[in-house]
Amino acid sequence: MSEMEEQTNPAPQFEELPDAPPKPRLKLSWPGKLGAVLVLFWVVIIFIGPSIAPYYEADILDEELFIVPGGDEYPDTDFQMPSKVAYLGTDYLGRDTLSRILYGARTTIGISFVATMLAYLIGVTLGIAAAVGGGWLDTGLSRINDAFLSIPHIMLGLIVIAAVGSTIPILIGITGFIYATSVFRIARSLGQDVMVSDFVEAAKVRGEGLWWIITREILPNIAMPLATDFGLRFVYIILFISSLSFLGLGVQPPMSDWGSMVKENLAGLLYGSIAPLVPSLAIATLTIAINMIVDDISAHSGGKLAKRMI
Amino acid sequence: MLALLEIDQLQIDARKDDGSLLPIVKGVSFNVNRGEVVALIGESGSGKTTIALSALGYTKPGLEFTGGEVRLEGQDVITMPSEEKRQLRGERVAYLAQSAAATFNPALTIGEQVTESAVLHGHFNQEEATQRAVSLYHALELPDPERLGKRYPHQVSGGQLQRLMAAMALCSKPDLLVLDEPTTALDVTTQIEVLKSFKSVIKQEGSSAIYVTHDLSVVAQIADHIIVLYAGEIQEHGNAGQVINQPSHDYTRRLMAAVRPLPAAGQGDETSGEHRRDTPALEVKNIIAGYGRKQADGTPAITVLRDVHMTIERGHTVGIIGESGCGKSTLARVMSGLLPASKGEVLLDGEALQPDLRKRSRNQLQKIQFVFQMADTALNPRQRIDQILGRPLEFYLGLKGQEKRRRIAELLQMVELPQEFAGRYPEELSGGQKQRVNLARALAASPEVLLCDEVISALDTIVGANIIELLKRLRKQTGVSFVFISHDLSTVASFADEIVVLYAGRVVEQGKTDHVLAPPYHPYTRLLISSVPELRVGWLEETMQTQEAQAGIDRVVKLTDIGCPFFDRCPIAIEDTCDREAPPIRNIGDGHTIACHRSAEEFVR
Repeated sequence: MSEMEEQTNPAPQFEELPDAPPKPRLKLSWPGKLGAVLVLFWVVIIFIGPSIAPYYEADILDEELFIVPGGDEYPDTDFQMPSKVAYLGTDYLGRDTLSRILYGARTTIGISFVATMLAYLIGVTLGIAAAVGGGWLDTGLSRINDAFLSIPHIMLGLIVIAAVGSTIPILIGITGFIYATSVFRIARSLGQDVMVSDFVEAAKVRGEGLWWIITREILPNIAMPLATDFGLRFVYIILFISSLSFLGLGVQPPMSDWGSMVKENLAGLLYGSIAPLVPSLAIATLTIAINMIVDDISAHSGGKLAKRMI
Repeated sequence: MLALLEIDQLQIDARKDDGSLLPIVKGVSFNVNRGEVVALIGESGSGKTTIALSALGYTKPGLEFTGGEVRLEGQDVITMPSEEKRQLRGERVAYLAQSAAATFNPALTIGEQVTESAVLHGHFNQEEATQRAVSLYHALELPDPERLGKRYPHQVSGGQLQRLMAAMALCSKPDLLVLDEPTTALDVTTQIEVLKSFKSVIKQEGSSAIYVTHDLSVVAQIADHIIVLYAGEIQEHGNAGQVINQPSHDYTRRLMAAVRPLPAAGQGDETSGEHRRDTPALEVKNIIAGYGRKQADGTPAITVLRDVHMTIERGHTVGIIGESGCGKSTLARVMSGLLPASKGEVLLDGEALQPDLRKRSRNQLQKIQFVFQMADTALNPRQRIDQILGRPLEFYLGLKGQEKRRRIAELLQMVELPQEFAGRYPEELSGGQKQRVNLARALAASPEVLLCDEVISALDTIVGANIIELLKRLRKQTGVSFVFISHDLSTVASFADEIVVLYAGRVVEQGKTDHVLAPPYHPYTRLLISSVPELRVGWLEETMQTQEAQAGIDRVVKLTDIGCPFFDRCPIAIEDTCDREAPPIRNIGDGHTIACHRSAEEFVR
């Protein structure tokens, strides 16, 4: 036990063992993979949708297209069932559902994406500022945020749009602002957790400025949970914008958008038309697919993210 | 006789990314007989917890059983259907986790949680279970056993909570207890108390136990058999006296060699005066500091440190020692400026520093570097090692490009890490390696004073011993002064020139290491010294007989405004004096001071 003994009888080297087996890398489960394929599918549609669409989104199909030998001379064009002319049938005005879905992907996903980005820009900036600044800045920002959070999203959206009208920039602006409140809370709580960690303290002792602490120490450590939340928030925003469109305050005709397509064709349900079901299905596939990917990422980080997001 | 638990050629593997298997436990076999305590000892990564958990038929996620059997009374628990496993766990085999604070639900009373499993398994009805719990509180010598069950976890001390966890495990009269490092996170004085009651309750109940730990001295007190593990294989297996007194395997000997000798005078590694200059490197004067809002008289709402003086000479090491809650980390935070002191001065090279670090100059910041306790959390997980080490070089010394890379290579060499580690992330390193990086980052600034806050507390014995060797070498090479904070007196004794003993934010004794560790002692220093576990069987029983132990063990540090804070734990306290008046500081000579009402003659007994 004494040093003498150790010198005369050198113990063989036993290497230090690592603390834990290396963390497995993110692996997608089969629902995750399916989700990834679906999301990829819709992303491709955004880019090539209009060029592969058989008709323009606002085109009302000619009656002649629906004339069948020995049939009616002036056939109905609205709420037609799928056929060679319109693969997914037609809507209440006789427009091609498939083309409108393909065009609508760009509007719905595009607007939602830009709105989510805006929500993140506002929410993360203010959230981190509150977490780092603390004190009065934190209290002030948090209380204002709470006030906005207490108003139901859809109400707030309705009031603003009713007041200033519905254009796409206003739609994006108001959606981004409304959802920034939720992002703020998450960014602030994630930021606060990292703020009290030893490595941030180490940076403070070193004398680092705020900019370094935010960009180098905090942001890289909250990027992953924020990315997961981005997915979920994106889904909420798609649903929100679709709801607004459904109420007639979102994207205005004749532009196609999945939410307004559901609303316009609601009457079709009475005639057994699939026109309102197709856009519903499109919204469902995209949002569920994103959720399936998010579940995998969340499970990978030990389920902690999922808890925080509730 | 059939053994209670038979582990037979147990193999457990981890599944890697590519689907291949990485063996964690490689064919381990041993038995646990009734009424026997078997200790599994080894360092992190040796598979000791993994093996212990297999007694519950459980593996951590990512691991799987790939061979062998674990039989409880002849029944294999690995292949058992999960419904039967549920019956087994908590009723026949109970598990005690390392951290009691994390195990108890703060929203439920202690009684509800202690009796929950026994009632759930239908072993007892609520009334019987409560009675059983009360008798266990008695057996575990917990205070106020009749009413303890009505209290909430935050209303009892850490050591008591640890014992309550034993009550929780024992409530349904399990055949086997699995204890996973139950005393590792505790202070020495608390550890003794917990060990003692664990030992007596295990004897009283006649239970069998698997005790997982990395601490040989603890094992010597409690185990009947010892199994030494390394990398998932049994290195040595024998009864406790035999393994401790005549270790036969190289690895066991290596483990024993890393156990630090008991603190005593003459171990202090006196540094030569070569780096010494007239002005001390760092000096703190009359420091008063604490937390909470400042009051009208300038003192904080909760005052932690009161009138702390200390001087750190150039190239010297000052050890700060005390139990949790004594203010030792607060003192380091005051020195670094993380927590501005309310009153008093911090002098660097004889020059007063601003209390708040944000007002200190970059040059001053550079000279005092802080090494955090947990390397796991002190290194940003998103930065590579070269980025972590490169930043202080860039920030303080303005090094860039080639020059910076050269210096990073030198630093890695200095802390004995291979060069290729520069490109790795912290999570790819082991605990000891991370702590080396943590040190290298502080050294990168070319500091004059290094504040080391419990830098080896979280490490295994051998790894910790290596870090201490490294620190000793660095001290010689660089002439840096160290402030070495620890609750482990043995470590400080082997490393520091001077020792400051803190209790409840006050300096109770300070002086050269040899003086502090030799009589006359302050009663608190004496308690600390006698609480360090010795590596021999039977030490625990002997220690419990001493006066210090009976008076002072198992009490929490309380901050007091008047009198001597150690009053209620002190075997030689004077009623009406010690609890009323602050103790005078007695100068014993050569800078050795003791704060006590008793005179130097009265200490020596």
